[in-house]
Amino acid sequence: MRHGKYPLIITFLVPPLLLYGIFVLSPYLQAFQISTTNWLGYSAHADPVGMANFRTLWHDGQVWNAIKNNAIMLAVVPVLTIALGLFFATMLNMGGRKGRAGVTGVRGTAVYRMVYFFPQVLSVVIIALLWKEVYHPNNGLLNGALRALGLPAPTWLGDPRTAFWCVLAVMVWSNVGFYVVLFGAAMSAIPRDIYEAVMLDGASRWTTLRRVTVPLLWDTVQVAWIYLAIAALDGFILVQQMTNGGPNFSSDVIGLRMYETAFGSESKFGYASAIGVVMLFLTLSVAVLALRTGRRDRIEYS
Amino acid sequence: MNRREILRRSAAAGLLATPAAGLLAGCATSGGDDDKGDSGAYKGTKSEQNPLGVKEDAPLEVVIFNGGFGEEYAKAHEAMYKEKYPKAEIKHSATQEINKTLQPRFVDGTPPDVVNNSGAGQIDFNGLVSQNAIADLGELLDAPSLDQPGKKVRDTLLPGAVEVGSYDGKFLVLNYTYTAYGIWHSTKLFADRGWQYAKTWDEHIALCKQIKAAGIAPWTYAGKHPRYMSWPLIATAIKFGGPSVATAIDNLEPNAWKSDAMKAAADAWYQIVKDKYILDGSPGLDHIQSQTAWCQGKAAFISCGSWLENEQAKVTPAGFNMTIAPTPSLGSGDKLPFEAIRGTAGEPFMVPAKGKNVAGGLEYFRVMLSKKGAQDFTKKVSSLTVVAGSTEGVELPFGLTSVVKALDASGSNGFNWVYNNYYRKLERELVDAACGEFFSGRSNPAAFLDACQKGADSIAQDSSIKKYKRAA
Repeated sequence: MRHGKYPLIITFLVPPLLLYGIFVLSPYLQAFQISTTNWLGYSAHADPVGMANFRTLWHDGQVWNAIKNNAIMLAVVPVLTIALGLFFATMLNMGGRKGRAGVTGVRGTAVYRMVYFFPQVLSVVIIALLWKEVYHPNNGLLNGALRALGLPAPTWLGDPRTAFWCVLAVMVWSNVGFYVVLFGAAMSAIPRDIYEAVMLDGASRWTTLRRVTVPLLWDTVQVAWIYLAIAALDGFILVQQMTNGGPNFSSDVIGLRMYETAFGSESKFGYASAIGVVMLFLTLSVAVLALRTGRRDRIEYS
Repeated sequence: MNRREILRRSAAAGLLATPAAGLLAGCATSGGDDDKGDSGAYKGTKSEQNPLGVKEDAPLEVVIFNGGFGEEYAKAHEAMYKEKYPKAEIKHSATQEINKTLQPRFVDGTPPDVVNNSGAGQIDFNGLVSQNAIADLGELLDAPSLDQPGKKVRDTLLPGAVEVGSYDGKFLVLNYTYTAYGIWHSTKLFADRGWQYAKTWDEHIALCKQIKAAGIAPWTYAGKHPRYMSWPLIATAIKFGGPSVATAIDNLEPNAWKSDAMKAAADAWYQIVKDKYILDGSPGLDHIQSQTAWCQGKAAFISCGSWLENEQAKVTPAGFNMTIAPTPSLGSGDKLPFEAIRGTAGEPFMVPAKGKNVAGGLEYFRVMLSKKGAQDFTKKVSSLTVVAGSTEGVELPFGLTSVVKALDASGSNGFNWVYNNYYRKLERELVDAACGEFFSGRSNPAAFLDACQKGADSIAQDSSIKKYKRAA
């Protein structure tokens, strides 16, 4: 079948690469060019202003405030999501200890797995609307429960002390399910006999997780970390739908800043592109760092 | 290559694809020349019958914001246009995303002929005006009215309709509806309880005390869009200090937000915050949630514009009978009487300067502003228009009737401000955030006015934003 191999490869590769080049790469390059202009978005007229947008950005308190929030998300969301994801995946795959022999999950594993995956099926906008009602200060599920217990009922999304953390919690909630499934799939690739040996040695579930599972899953965890770090630098849809950055910019994120600058309260597309470019470099650096620092020797099962 | 390798590589690929938000700003700037030539524009011969010089067979493209008013009213206007110009082909479309749909066409120099630039996806007018993207409507104002003989279009409009759409003296934006902003209450609730709407601030506070004692929260507001509360506050200041308070704010004059009138108004309004006359949890409600709580009788007052009745139609109990009222007067020293209310034209329509059929666009506005067109609109969507007398012979719902009455009573004492049109960001983000802090009790009158002033100063100092001035 060597005959005609290259025409075949070219036929299959050229269209997607072309589409990728036109619809993904070229807008990125254009964003760089636009970020050096004062383009206002509704005429073809734009003057080059060099690095002026980036200088403004450096002194823009609103942008720094948004970056600060993204930094907190970057520190908290991946750690929490991965920890929860690993915990649930372990319980679902090897948490059961009641059974006689062998490694099984807790009772009802199939149901749990499905339930955890629910948020993944919903669109982010639906999730945001759903949680907006859960956090409703008077009729919401959360405050209803708190009141029933006789606890104080905060305003959640209406209070700058809590709004950001409420959004962050939803971010973790909506992501965990996917990583439970991802880690679960990776765990099922780990040979059972390793776990049987571990059990024979009398290791606790915590030791098993820390000493055996996590090291064997390291590659997957690292991938998860990169995905989550990128997600944490975004967070745009949840924030825009749930709080629109408020109250008093307490839950602002850089994606929302960019959107507001271009499409929302202003039409400074040049400046917004500069914010976008900064965002790109932040995301790239975070991902590269994550790849570098997490590097370990790969384990191959034979 | 094993599974992990694939995952790892796809993660790397994800790097390039995931921050897709970065793409949003990367729209092409390359299309279209920035030339002034309008060689492709349609022009007809001007005559008495055709004062704007419409080419009778020129196609007309209309883009409508598909929001609270829907699009049926526009189809009716288009039919009226077509009746006059049977040979004209009308292309109608409706969208909720005006900016995303039309931006490429503005850049490309091929915008539609009529745009209803409204809604959350509204294009910032400051940007459009500073880029000369909108056609001057001056000619329209001086054209004769379509069905009111002997009157120019200008003479058929309510006061303030032209000013609010003018930038540096040029009339660019036709704001078609007429909106009153005030404080709303349920006539039924007040009648049942024997309450009387208060005309002065002291009486208002006393009433609030009474309402609270009855187990109802006196106030609620849209905590997620707290700028709704800036409206009665600024209105109180204007009634106290006169319309120059508003002019100073609109013109970004130094310390306009810290004028004595604004201080008096902020101090007064702080009373309802201090005395906890606001429904618990209001800072966490959005406009619909707070309005719904109000309709359910959980709060007595809410600040809103005259669209409130339409917006709440589905959840308003029968016999609720919502009524608009002006803000209470601070005292006998007020420059404007209690009846004075903020009335302004809203729901902006524009004719893009680079549209092919600018004359047709202006003519379409003339159809909208005819008595027949305006009455049809009022009938279809229960909203007032800027055309005087457009409510004649139309049966209005309870709330809108109260709006008409309030506007009549206010008459020439009516006032308005436009800084929110000039500088969208100032109201939508900066004043909004300051109101959020103020009405949730996290700041105080001085800090509130400071924050607003700081916001106004940041706009004034930003050389990339075009500034507008209006006469007092």
